[in-house]
Amino acid sequence: MRDLVIIGGGPAGMAAALAAREAGVEDILILERDQALGGILQQCVHNGFGLHTFGEELTGPEYAWKYIDKVVEKEIEYKTETMVLSISPEKVITATNATDGIFTVEARAIILAMGCRERPRGALATPGTRPAGIFSAGTAQKLMNCAGYSVGREAVILGSGDIGLIMARRMTLEGAKVKAVCELMPYSGGLARNIQQCLHDFSIPLKLSHTVTEIHGRERLTGVTIAEVDADRRPIPGTEEYISCDTLLLSVGLIPENELSLCAGIALDPVTGGAAVTAARETSVPGIFACGNVLHVHDLVDYVSEEAATAGKSAATYLRGAQEKNVDLLLRTDGRIRYTVPQKITEKADTTVYFRVAAVYRNASVSVYSGEKRLFTKKRAKMAPGEMESITLPASVLPENGELRFILEEEK
Amino acid sequence: MYDIAIIGAGITGAMAARALSRYRLKICILEKESDVAMGATRANSAIVHAGFDAKEGSLKARFNVEGSRMMEDVCRELGVPYRRNGSLVLGFGSEDRQALETLLNRGQKNGVEGLRILEKEELRAMEPHISHEADCALYAPTGAITCPYQLCVAAIGNAMDNGADLFLDFPVSAIQKTPEGFCIHAGEKQVDARYVLNAAGVHADSVARLCGDSFFSIHPRRGEYLLLDKTAGSLVRSTVFKAPGKMGKGILVSPTVDGNLLLGPTAEDLENKEDTRITAEGTERVRRQAAGMVEAIPFHKTITSFSGLRAVGNTGDFILTFGESGVLHAAGIESPGLTAAPAVAEYLVTLLLEKGLSPEENPAYNPHRASAHAFREMTAEEKNAVIAKEPAYGKIVCRCEGVTEGEILAALRQNPKARDLDGVKRRTRAQMGRCQGGFCMPRILELIAAEQGIRPEAVTKCGGASRILTDKEDTTCGI
Repeated sequence: MRDLVIIGGGPAGMAAALAAREAGVEDILILERDQALGGILQQCVHNGFGLHTFGEELTGPEYAWKYIDKVVEKEIEYKTETMVLSISPEKVITATNATDGIFTVEARAIILAMGCRERPRGALATPGTRPAGIFSAGTAQKLMNCAGYSVGREAVILGSGDIGLIMARRMTLEGAKVKAVCELMPYSGGLARNIQQCLHDFSIPLKLSHTVTEIHGRERLTGVTIAEVDADRRPIPGTEEYISCDTLLLSVGLIPENELSLCAGIALDPVTGGAAVTAARETSVPGIFACGNVLHVHDLVDYVSEEAATAGKSAATYLRGAQEKNVDLLLRTDGRIRYTVPQKITEKADTTVYFRVAAVYRNASVSVYSGEKRLFTKKRAKMAPGEMESITLPASVLPENGELRFILEEEK
Repeated sequence: MYDIAIIGAGITGAMAARALSRYRLKICILEKESDVAMGATRANSAIVHAGFDAKEGSLKARFNVEGSRMMEDVCRELGVPYRRNGSLVLGFGSEDRQALETLLNRGQKNGVEGLRILEKEELRAMEPHISHEADCALYAPTGAITCPYQLCVAAIGNAMDNGADLFLDFPVSAIQKTPEGFCIHAGEKQVDARYVLNAAGVHADSVARLCGDSFFSIHPRRGEYLLLDKTAGSLVRSTVFKAPGKMGKGILVSPTVDGNLLLGPTAEDLENKEDTRITAEGTERVRRQAAGMVEAIPFHKTITSFSGLRAVGNTGDFILTFGESGVLHAAGIESPGLTAAPAVAEYLVTLLLEKGLSPEENPAYNPHRASAHAFREMTAEEKNAVIAKEPAYGKIVCRCEGVTEGEILAALRQNPKARDLDGVKRRTRAQMGRCQGGFCMPRILELIAAEQGIRPEAVTKCGGASRILTDKEDTTCGI
């Protein structure tokens, strides 16, 4: 029986482990599937990490190393190349690796930090052939940055999520020609700074309201047909354009990886694809917490670390038997606000609520209502789906129970 | 000099090769692609049909019913998944009811067991997600599902274990008559054989013409499919069809033996025998028709789409006969070709023996092949015994499908060896899950390179020029 087992040794898992140790948990085990701790940061060789957390601009591996060093220094136990196969609702974890074989660990508390995966091409059912040369952006990033391979010479990128934008720049720096970044929506899903630094600075065209309508080539990709889409995201006949290329990168969304959560009987939020959690990041199964991209997809690793620290601290509180549940509030959204994390508040304390909006809104306000009563409101000049927003509700405004409705209102 | 050369490593050629390997014969299988199971066998509905579709008295009817009876044993011997999940043909309204009655009669004449018509209540009790519009259905309890490409890989592998040779990248370009039999060319390469079996799928007519036989023709009929995530796989238990139309059996909704949900196929007659594109119209048609049969299909859980080409002959039936050239043709093997394959193989063997092929038995013949899924079906204790000996079985490479490094290495070493990423995929399911290889492809690529002693840049997706990586030296920035 272990006190705390953390599934995943990426930024979330490591920050959660350190916070739990800080809060007094001695017996911690991190299970990591890859060969080393660090998670996806290991392949993110670009800079821009750590501005919030450390006040300096780090690369992904540098950011990871800050945490890996501390995990080692604090003598937190971890197993790498270890894949968790299942988690039972009773918190029995089954895992496998080459030295231990298949083994089980019983845990008093678990923190889920498995991260997310990319949506594959198949999910789009893009017409055409199925040649080599089509990669999800993160797979191409791993091939280039971790193994030093080259994936192609002329690329089109579908989707303007952050990984797609980063890879547009990365491939350009590697000597490839990135001919276009196509985005189905009329706005980019990536961070504004990435659009500037990865596309505009390299004169890579960003084609908003465009998609790939056909894939060409039998063995290796030879080109794609792109087209403009209408308001219903349907290709507009006559706008087709053929672009020859040997590589198509897809950056069409990230999906929190929650197969293990489901097998533990944890309730998921259909919008985030992650667990529905309390402000303590506790899931519907008591003693199982979740943080990082397995919970909802973050823009910045700094926020992942912050959220993971909350989960780590909360797990420590749970293990001490010191949880306070003195309110019972369900957070609801209006559609314009797509989701909130947390989805529940159970403790009367200052609570930061993260959320994403469904479209680009200018001069809008976000208000929180309990019944007809407005508890809180905050104005924003601009909100976009690509940027995670947050508001902090003071403990003093929180009612005892009921629903907190999050409403977005545009100024007329 | 081979006793027999089989042209085409699809399910028909594979089953024939295996059946022939029971005899003391020198057998070779010639395949133009870089792997086996690359034509219709790769992309079809994976159904073991009960046998009520084919017209009574036809070869299709005969071998469908016989093959359906043989399939469970064949799958067991070859270690291939098989599940008798039953099939349903839905009826919407009185016209369909008549069509179902016709199928029922035909099936009974064909010798299909257990067929009956279900009324709405019983149908809904059996399959709660069936459309409310369906008011009756033909139920065939002997309908089953299997995995066609695994079956083909296993049958070829078993034939090879029993002594057969496989030549890949062997696109037959000429067939010459010789005093002893035939000389078969593929560019510079050639093999000699006493007998030739033409099982070249959509290309069977072209191969027949190479030896002077032109009494049949084949055209490709494209079928597009959508495959949904395993979380959608239990939406229906049976394979669900709609009452048939002129262009085949229409769209089906079926679980797969691996637990996914399969929707399709469309039916589109083409000229081009290589055109396995998927189209926006096809995808839309599959979605629309499937949605009319089964309710609440979670289309957003689509993990991939693909298409296959059925080899449609001009006679309306299987063509299983010697040509004037003396070459034995197994052509026009469209649906129910997968189901019929084991029975067709036996029939082809009979024809060849009648023609003078030596019936001496192969004393070393072993009908069994180690299952590619043996490891995943073990208990934890059994697995740990394997891992203790071979630690690679403790390392999961493909997380979505839970495929270990040990299983991937086995696929690279077991007959017929996987040579590329798609070959590993078909044998192990690695890269076939919900992330479609996003995480594991780089690792599998390196395993293939290491196992074959080649550069990672030389590893392909599916042979030929389908390389994944490009050479660094050639890029403009390669310093």
